[in-house]
Amino acid sequence: MQELTGAQALVRSLEQQGVEVVFGLPGGTILPTYDPLLSSSLRHVLVRHEQGAGHAAEGYAWATGRPGVCMATSGPGATNLVTALSDAYMDSVPIVAITGQVGTSLIGTDAFQEADITGITLPITKHNELVTDVERIPAAIAEAFHIATTGRPGPVLVDVPKDVQQATAPWRLADGEWPPAMDLPGYQLPGPPSPAAIRAAIALLRQARRPVLYVGGGVVKSDSHADLLRLAELSQAPVTTTLMARGAFPDTHPLALGMPGMHGTYPAVAALQEADLIVALGARFDDRVTGKLADFAPRARIVHADIDPAEIGKNRQPDVAIVGDLRLTMAGLADALSTAIGEGGTRPDTGDWLSVLAGWKRQFPLRYTHHPDGPLKPQYVTERLSAMTGGDAIVVAGVGQHQMHASQHYSFTKPRSWINSGGAGTMGFAVPAAMGAQVGRPGELVVAIDGDGCFQMTAQELATCAIEKIPIKVLIFNNGFLGMVRQWQELFYDERYSSVELGTAIPDYVKLAEAYGCVGLRCERSDEVDNVLDKALAPTDVPVVVDFRTHDREGVFPMVPAGRPNDEIVLGPEFSADEQRAATRREMGI
Amino acid sequence: MATHTLSVLVENKPGVLSHVAGLFSRRAFNIASLAVGPTHDERVSRITIVVDGASTPVEQVSKQLEKLVRVLKVVELRGGAAVERELALIKVKADPALRGQLLEVAGVFGASVVDMSPTTLVLEAVSSPAKLDALLAMLDTYGTCELVRTGRIALARGAGVITDGNPALTAVPDHAGSAA
Repeated sequence: MQELTGAQALVRSLEQQGVEVVFGLPGGTILPTYDPLLSSSLRHVLVRHEQGAGHAAEGYAWATGRPGVCMATSGPGATNLVTALSDAYMDSVPIVAITGQVGTSLIGTDAFQEADITGITLPITKHNELVTDVERIPAAIAEAFHIATTGRPGPVLVDVPKDVQQATAPWRLADGEWPPAMDLPGYQLPGPPSPAAIRAAIALLRQARRPVLYVGGGVVKSDSHADLLRLAELSQAPVTTTLMARGAFPDTHPLALGMPGMHGTYPAVAALQEADLIVALGARFDDRVTGKLADFAPRARIVHADIDPAEIGKNRQPDVAIVGDLRLTMAGLADALSTAIGEGGTRPDTGDWLSVLAGWKRQFPLRYTHHPDGPLKPQYVTERLSAMTGGDAIVVAGVGQHQMHASQHYSFTKPRSWINSGGAGTMGFAVPAAMGAQVGRPGELVVAIDGDGCFQMTAQELATCAIEKIPIKVLIFNNGFLGMVRQWQELFYDERYSSVELGTAIPDYVKLAEAYGCVGLRCERSDEVDNVLDKALAPTDVPVVVDFRTHDREGVFPMVPAGRPNDEIVLGPEFSADEQRAATRREMGI
Repeated sequence: MATHTLSVLVENKPGVLSHVAGLFSRRAFNIASLAVGPTHDERVSRITIVVDGASTPVEQVSKQLEKLVRVLKVVELRGGAAVERELALIKVKADPALRGQLLEVAGVFGASVVDMSPTTLVLEAVSSPAKLDALLAMLDTYGTCELVRTGRIALARGAGVITDGNPALTAVPDHAGSAA
């Protein structure tokens, strides 16, 4: 048996696990592992800040469906991963973080660069472990990947003290033998979905007159979009895709309603409110979707399918719960409905409902004002991007107005073409996540739509992108404000604008891009958008940054004020008082 | 206070207790009492948690606990179907004139005297939480100087065993040490 150091065993374990790339930044306590890394098959992308490594691992996982890996040293290196771990936990993104730790004899002594990272990350990881025995490294790594990627995915952190990386142990596995025996007696995955629950769900779906499929991120994660399409077409139920699920169902499909929630489309929000049946698929009744929970979808019966039993009944008690792998559930639902219809059963009768929804789509679309010689609108830039890429780009967003405009106005047609920070709402997510997505899907067009506030939080990864030839496109919607905060102050704080103005000119984003070795472009007028996008989107191995000087008073609408019932949806300044009244009264006609 | 008693089997590994306790604070669940100790299987510890049912959704607590990787099993032990015990040590004022009375009260509640000074007694009481509360109320009339009370521990009545039906735990030995 070959005697390996812990560091060698760690790197070999990553190789055995099929890892291709690690995003990281070395430091004192992880140094032993960076040595064998140099001669391994793994690509290491040297980030400029560990937070970037964490979000890059997330972007990689979102884009590929495979776990992302990030690595950092102890203390501040590890704590810089915390935001990304929290983000991955909220959005169920499978990443594995490996951190160095001070030597075992120093733990607890407030040693240099010591932080209790397993303690710190307890509530924001699916699991974590401090490995104190060099013999355990292969199993600890295998378990980390197993836990991160199975069941409801999530982040796992493995903390390895420096002396454990330096100690040696025999590699006990035969060539090609992987994974080693895992010791996880308490980790139980849900079994297959109950056929009785699927039958009950289908029975409800066939009776429903006003059904809605409420599709969450689980559909993307379980790659069950094909069965979603079957289920939707068989049931003729309209589909709303949450912020986490954009792309799971083509926006171009007649049954698509767009995004629900605080900044959802009117048809999606109103359809959920008026539904007599909501089939929640890998969604979790988040407060940004439900608005005031007690007033959410008051007449709807609920079918809730999720892999995580703890989501069932957490916010809304379902009439039928289906716990299990969503891929099996979706296939089971589509098959059962198909069989029922094939055996002479009637198709669900949703014709009247769909014509009501079609009316709402016509009456209350996403609306904004655009004049060729007027101010540059973020919605317009997004729509031009959508048209010019044919919906084929992988779009990555940060958090705020630009994120909502991107989600609303880009026409998504494919799963894993939309990447953002949903649950955690992490500003600064876009640039590093786009970097990770591009590494996972080289040769594809990856476009980060970012706000000027977000961009400045993690812009340093442009250096990584330029040097590593990771040719992301970054479109900054530069309105000189923390735009979403400004919007809330406008609406809820009597237009008292407190600490939200960033200014459009500092930094000069074009010069900044150039300083980082990227191409920098600027666009200030609507009639330049197509030309600038043409230039920006051209294939190259150099990252491109575009400074779009967008209108500083543009808001995101529709909007349901936080904590208010969804029925109080505000259409926004583009709609007349009469239209708003009509939307609030909502003539159902059925 | 309507309480619920949860019995939680966990792997006997470092950090597990803080993970379980951390879950309660993270999810804003309230712990009324908590007791932890080893079991007859050295790989397994048992945590008994009492939660306030009014402020804490017990089903959510159980489901969230079950998601923790080092948690092996979560069972709610319902009032009549379980034996529940707490241990208390009480230092109580024992004026010589009242000492006889005090010993009588202790006798009624099955509490024993474990220490004595000219002016105080230390009583040890093991009983159901309700009976213990009654004893403490009685002792208050004499003057409680100090009180220490363990978390509740509980075990289901009857032949059923907490590990029944859990394939991950079937390897748990019947006798301590036989698997080690």
